[in-house]
Amino acid sequence: MSEQDAGAAVTGAQSLVRALECAGTENIFGIPGGAILPAYDPLFDSVKIRHILVRHEQGAGHAAQGYAAATGKVGVAMATSGPGATNLVTPLADAYMDSVPMVAVTGQVSSRSIGTDAFQEADIRGITMPITKHNFLVTDPAEIPRTIAEAFYIASTGRPGPVLVDVAKDAMQAQTSFRWPSELSLPGYRPVTRPHAKQIREAARLMLEARRPVLYVGGGVIRSRASRELLALAELTGMPVVTTLMARGAFPDSHVQHLGMPGMHGTVAAVAGLQRSDLIISLGARFDDRVTGNLDSFAPHAKVIHADIDPAEIGKNRHVDVPIVGDAREVIADLVVALRTAANAGEQGDYEAWVQFLAGIKKRYPLGYDAPADGSLAPQYVIERLGRIAGPEAVYASGVGQHQMWAAQFIGYEHPCTWINSGGLGTMGFAVPAAMGAKVGRPEATVWAIDGDGCFQMTNQELATCSIENIPIKVAIINNESLGMVRQWQTLFYKERYSNTNLQRESHRRIPDFVKLADAYGCVGLSCDSAEDVDSTITKAMEINDVPVVVDFRVHRDAMVWPMVAAGTSNDDIKFARDMAPTYEDDDLEGGEHP
Amino acid sequence: MSLHTLSVLVENKPGVLARIAGLFSRRGFNIDSLAVGPTEHPEVSRMTIVVNVEQSPLEQVTKQLNKLVEVIKVVELDREMSITRELLLVKVRADAASRGQVLELVQLFRAKVVDVATDAVTIQIVGNQGKLEDFLRVLEPYGVRELVQSGVVAIGRGSRSVSERPERLGRPVPVPVPSATG
Repeated sequence: MSEQDAGAAVTGAQSLVRALECAGTENIFGIPGGAILPAYDPLFDSVKIRHILVRHEQGAGHAAQGYAAATGKVGVAMATSGPGATNLVTPLADAYMDSVPMVAVTGQVSSRSIGTDAFQEADIRGITMPITKHNFLVTDPAEIPRTIAEAFYIASTGRPGPVLVDVAKDAMQAQTSFRWPSELSLPGYRPVTRPHAKQIREAARLMLEARRPVLYVGGGVIRSRASRELLALAELTGMPVVTTLMARGAFPDSHVQHLGMPGMHGTVAAVAGLQRSDLIISLGARFDDRVTGNLDSFAPHAKVIHADIDPAEIGKNRHVDVPIVGDAREVIADLVVALRTAANAGEQGDYEAWVQFLAGIKKRYPLGYDAPADGSLAPQYVIERLGRIAGPEAVYASGVGQHQMWAAQFIGYEHPCTWINSGGLGTMGFAVPAAMGAKVGRPEATVWAIDGDGCFQMTNQELATCSIENIPIKVAIINNESLGMVRQWQTLFYKERYSNTNLQRESHRRIPDFVKLADAYGCVGLSCDSAEDVDSTITKAMEINDVPVVVDFRVHRDAMVWPMVAAGTSNDDIKFARDMAPTYEDDDLEGGEHP
Repeated sequence: MSLHTLSVLVENKPGVLARIAGLFSRRGFNIDSLAVGPTEHPEVSRMTIVVNVEQSPLEQVTKQLNKLVEVIKVVELDREMSITRELLLVKVRADAASRGQVLELVQLFRAKVVDVATDAVTIQIVGNQGKLEDFLRVLEPYGVRELVQSGVVAIGRGSRSVSERPERLGRPVPVPVPSATG
């Protein structure tokens, strides 16, 4: 390992802050405490790093995720030992599932106390081993700069992910010298980004031969910033495109080739498209159970080209015909070159009948919802109008549940990194802190958190951070007074026995009063309970840009998310409304053989 | 299910054993045997892991192991093309009357007596799993009082080395310079 500039005499804590600066850190979300306290002293003097004091470490972690997802940069969270560190467990697990580049720095008790059950001691390296891409425990102050450099490198390269650096308090207090490394030696870490030419040729051949292909686009396309290349590939081939929950925004929703989101709550066209395809070109997606439904009956006649930067994803769930290890952007760019060359030689795929067939399904089964019979507010309408008024330039962060699915369905996304949610782990409470992080990363953008009333109550303490730190996010609470998605399952699968999903009791007083709560946190609180007031309420919220805004949309309780493929069942059994199965005959598939 | 022997070269760093053991348990792979020790390179340790899985989960095991930052290389050793050994220490009842017979078995199996007491002997034997099982079976009638067994270690036949030039695998990478800093 060679190193730049002569070592300057510093404390370990100063070395840590300088290392974070050298790694490009501009913002840290965190809370001090005993073991991390030495780091907070030099951090106080840093002019390069803004530290945002959150109210709970989980908020710090999700904010770092939101920041990373909105900007593509590494998000940084900081916490003390023990409970500070364990409060980061949920965001780390979330970032691991959704491949979010983040670095968590935690203080640890002094090295001589490690293992003694000291006050606020927790083995956070051991605890987070299964939920981080990598983690470190640093007890030697000389190791601090190199470890931070490695942490950022590992977090941001290959398949991105969270890295935790646990630093013992005495290492921060000791004298050391600071040297920022110019090279890193990681003999076991060699991510492959360049796809193999032979695999690209083989993939191109299958794509030309196919009659019913689908481009199955996952979150890897967002992380590798491959949207431009994807658009070129889609338009060159004319193939239909589906974007998973993690890939919403990777391909414009307004594009005629876009079938929408596949999966449990995907569009009929996207689900049918995958199901009846003869070739799935998977780009940075991982055949998650929420996409495939029952795996054995998923896309039974499809060959699979699976491109992913993580070799372990390829063939994990579904048999693969052409595996391609590589960065999505490079893979797609190479496919474009190969197919353009073929096109110039007169070779082109014939997907016309297939495209027509799917266009018919898309037209026949658009996303939709019924207005509640009692005249109360439809949650889907609120989200649809919000997306229309705030527009595709805004950033949307969501929690987890019904509102998340509606936000994925009814907002038109045109750009990558404008949809931020917890896809893999499904963490309720993600929205408010993630929106806060996104707003810090992209202060010029309008950032909406779309949250449920259940989710909102898990992390809304970060509204205090937003108000005090001048981070004017907007929050739309889709308030159905219940844990809506769980309630939906109780409606459908538990004979309408609503065990513990009611968040209110039978009285006229709402607990809590979200408008008053917003006010208490220094935000503007608005409420809306009728369709005619939706536009004016959203417009009013859009006009407030100096403080955070919280809008309590009081919506109908019994609205459900459709379409739906019930958990564990086949995608063939999709319902577009309760007990309503779509009908499309294979005869509609003109020119295509019966699969 | 079938047994597969993996040689895993890892960076000799604290916590790496926990990382690998944790990976196996959380992905639901069964470890039959695990042995760790140093190699000819002080910065590299070698683990020999025997897993009981089908072919396609084995591919997942290998890929998941390779994903660990501290894992340098994973090689599956072919049963025919490699030598596998484990070590057994066994304490057997042996008084004046039976000691001669026990010692005869020790000779037959090319084992070694490493400790003697008035009513017992402690025997060391090295071999593959089959030989050790056979040896224990013939000792059984005399009364096995205690036994301890090492994990399997394995090495490929021939002159090639799986651990040669590990430095070649780890060419240093330049630290990316973020735009905001110098």
